Amino acid sequence: MTSAAALLPYAIALPLAAAPLIALARRHPNLREAITLVAGGALFWLVLSILPEVEAGGRPAISLLDTVPGLPIALEAEPLGMLFALLASFLWIVTSIYSIGYMRGHHEQNQTRFYICFAVAIASTMGVAFSANMFTLFLFYEALTLSTYPLVTHAGTEKAKRAGRVYLGILLGTSIGFQLLAIVWTWSLCDTLDFRPGGILRDRASPTVIGVLGALYVFGIGKAALMPFHRWLPAAMVAPTPVSALLHAVAVVKAGVFTVLKVAIYIFGIDLLAELGVTDWLLYIAGATILIASIVALRKDNLKARLAYSTVSQLSYIVLGALLANSWAAIGAGMHIVTHAFGKITLFFCAGAIMVAAHKTEVSELRAIGRAMPITMLAFLVASLSVIGLPPLGGMWSKWYLGVGALEADQIVFLGVLMLSSLLNIAYLLPIPVRAFLSPPSTESPPEGMKEAPIPCLIALLVTAVGSVWLFLSPEPIYRLMVQAVGP
Amino acid sequence: MISSHLPALQVVIPLLAAPLCIVVHRAKAAWVIALVVSWASLAISVRLLERVLQEGVVVYSMGGWAAPWGIEYRIDEINAFLLLIVSGGSALVLLFARVSVEREIEAERRYVFYTMWLLCLTGLLGIAITGDAFNVFVFLEISSLSSYVMISLGSDRRGLMAAFRYLIVGTIGATFILIGIGLLYMMTGTLNMADLAERLPAVADTRTVKVAFWFFAVGIGTKMALFPLHFWLPNAYAYAPSAASAFLAASATKVAVYVWLRFYFSVFGASFSFDAMSLSDILLPLGLVAALVGSAVAVFQQDVKRMLAYSSVAQIGYMAVGISFVSVNGLIGAIVHLFNHALMKAALFMVLGCVFYRLGSVALRDLDGLGRQMPWTMAAFVAGGLSLIGVPSSAGFISKWYLILAALESGSWPIAFLVLLSSLLAVVYVWRVVEAAYFRAPLDDPSRRVVEAPVSLLVPVWLLVAANFYFGLETSLTVGVAERAARTLLGAGG
Repeated sequence: MTSAAALLPYAIALPLAAAPLIALARRHPNLREAITLVAGGALFWLVLSILPEVEAGGRPAISLLDTVPGLPIALEAEPLGMLFALLASFLWIVTSIYSIGYMRGHHEQNQTRFYICFAVAIASTMGVAFSANMFTLFLFYEALTLSTYPLVTHAGTEKAKRAGRVYLGILLGTSIGFQLLAIVWTWSLCDTLDFRPGGILRDRASPTVIGVLGALYVFGIGKAALMPFHRWLPAAMVAPTPVSALLHAVAVVKAGVFTVLKVAIYIFGIDLLAELGVTDWLLYIAGATILIASIVALRKDNLKARLAYSTVSQLSYIVLGALLANSWAAIGAGMHIVTHAFGKITLFFCAGAIMVAAHKTEVSELRAIGRAMPITMLAFLVASLSVIGLPPLGGMWSKWYLGVGALEADQIVFLGVLMLSSLLNIAYLLPIPVRAFLSPPSTESPPEGMKEAPIPCLIALLVTAVGSVWLFLSPEPIYRLMVQAVGP
Repeated sequence: MISSHLPALQVVIPLLAAPLCIVVHRAKAAWVIALVVSWASLAISVRLLERVLQEGVVVYSMGGWAAPWGIEYRIDEINAFLLLIVSGGSALVLLFARVSVEREIEAERRYVFYTMWLLCLTGLLGIAITGDAFNVFVFLEISSLSSYVMISLGSDRRGLMAAFRYLIVGTIGATFILIGIGLLYMMTGTLNMADLAERLPAVADTRTVKVAFWFFAVGIGTKMALFPLHFWLPNAYAYAPSAASAFLAASATKVAVYVWLRFYFSVFGASFSFDAMSLSDILLPLGLVAALVGSAVAVFQQDVKRMLAYSSVAQIGYMAVGISFVSVNGLIGAIVHLFNHALMKAALFMVLGCVFYRLGSVALRDLDGLGRQMPWTMAAFVAGGLSLIGVPSSAGFISKWYLILAALESGSWPIAFLVLLSSLLAVVYVWRVVEAAYFRAPLDDPSRRVVEAPVSLLVPVWLLVAANFYFGLETSLTVGVAERAARTLLGAGG
């Protein structure tokens, strides 16, 4: 066992260990937040120190315990998981900085519970990222659902309770009803659930069964928010904004599409999917989700709701990438996990900053807000461009590779979907910064008393906005990792 | 010397301790006796299980009279496992019982409660351990009669009616079993189960044996609360003292399921029961309906104890479904669920005991805001509820895993889907309690000042909650034993 392998359990244990410490420090907010930040920094460093071995082609792995004979809880670092773990642990630090400004500026109740659940959710995310088999992944997937439930319902109001019902109902419903069925089925066919390059299902099942399994997995992974199982994501927006930012733009939803990618690459094997073509009809569901969610986003006046539907749409890019079943598309999907994360988290940070500083939640209220909050709105503009997929921002690369993948798969129609979606993105995102900077202030309410967001919020949203630019300039580390996972 | 008599001691010790409780006549002393006896019998169970796993079937002739003339105790993997469940349930719930009983039962009747507890324990252990069909009936009556008394001791007067109904239904069930035993005796001239298994094939194709077969199905089905013979259970569990609910939920129906397994796999033989008589054609639909209807009815209960009782009906349905596949994985699912369900239901009923201790009620509307007032108690409910739902890493997940695996192996994915659907209903009824406890403001009643339950109640509750997750991750005991038991059962029937 290599030293990197020995580190893997600590990637989960570290944020878990932070939780009781946070609870102990509940009477000392500064100490409490310091613990979160230190844990975040340590976690990122820890994940980073696993990276060199994976980049060198190693696959550090460790088996923790055998639950049922042949069904171990085991961890393994492979390129795709590495990418996801790096992303989530880095953004946890940034979000923690942001949370300090937001939660205090917004005078939220029960902040200790918030930070505890957050730490547990991050631990679960690390577990998802480093799972060596589908069983382990499912365990952490459900832990992630349950640990984020108190965050979604944080406000404790009737509205939050209802949102929590939708959240839990859809996520548990799909995962128990479809995903678990698919997992047990896979197990009964293959006698293993290990993630293996090239997949485990080849020659184990008829094309029909593989088609059914594909649908069970894709819909069963409700966190990927494929329509019609997307309602939980807009519902989750009732949570405090840092939760929407990190969990519902990055950790939770990306855990979903990450799982879809893992299943496509390591359970089915993309060659098998391409050969059989039995999951092609799911491509149309993903394509429809991309377009319909964008159109719904257009019609939402509430800023967070608009961003949520935008996320639903963007997640299906990744599902599409997985189902197009070729290396280019898979590379694009992997990159999109990262670039969309940076773009969307920035947008949410901005939405939260506006809420804290100006107490505005609706798009129509944001006229001329750029004068009072120039930094925030500039970051919003940058992130919008990245989500749309324009240079010089990271979002361009992932759309590029996804487009190449669509051509490679002879699915021209999906190239069209991607283009059309970019246009829709422009239509629902760009008016916001444009109106903020260019439209004159409405006469009856001069932006008096409006000011920039708290400093921690600004730091966070600048870091992620700059990150989007940086991803455009040097995408090749991500490209290299993805090539390792799926071949060029 | 003593160790060779362990099978007899397993029954004799609680049987003798019961009158002792009457003699001492004091609640606390009676509790100590019951506790010591339960832990002793747990120790014996562990020892017996070890012996069975090492040496194979343990045979003990009562009073030295060889079978088939004397009564024989035969212990293989499955009844050793059952002994562990029953004695373990009794030992853990008794830790909790003293304080809870002080709250729920009048002082002068408490010693009666412990006496009945010990008799019930005797009966349940006896059913599990004996290799004699008539002996099963005798012990069944001992355990049933004592549990009627335990239920009627509850503080709610409706408990009397529930106990009376249970008495009537239970007696009818026991009579059916007795008729079945009588018919088999008529045809074979023996009451020893191993003997019966040898002689039955010769007369299997007679109407008498077939009639006996169905008499057993109805009789045992009633005792294990198999849908639609479950109607006695919800009220009985709802109005019994909390400790009794926890103990009975963990053991009574489990032992009845064991009797079902024993008779249909070991005595009649799997090929006769399931091929010739097509028992699965009845068991599978009934099990599925139980799982779905039980869960669905649980969703609409206003009394949380009744809700858990209906959930028990559903869980029995799972076991029936598992048995109906007549496959190794199906039986593993059913047998492991015997153990795991005992863990989760004992934990949950004990949580309700804590709630009742403070509130004097377990109605859903009284639970408002309890998450803040009794954080440890309600956290235990959530944890136990997650196990009931079958979240991965909990014990409930393991049983469900094997059930679904067995369903898929038998080629019927709709069954797998229905089982999963039923666990989604479990999410709904568990979450009704969670929402009441965590999302509603505490009742604004100055007379109601609720604080956390006493530590003496919380410790056993959390022991069981921890066990729910321990046995969700470390299954070498549960699945290991269940797998051997499943192979033994299938092997015995040829």
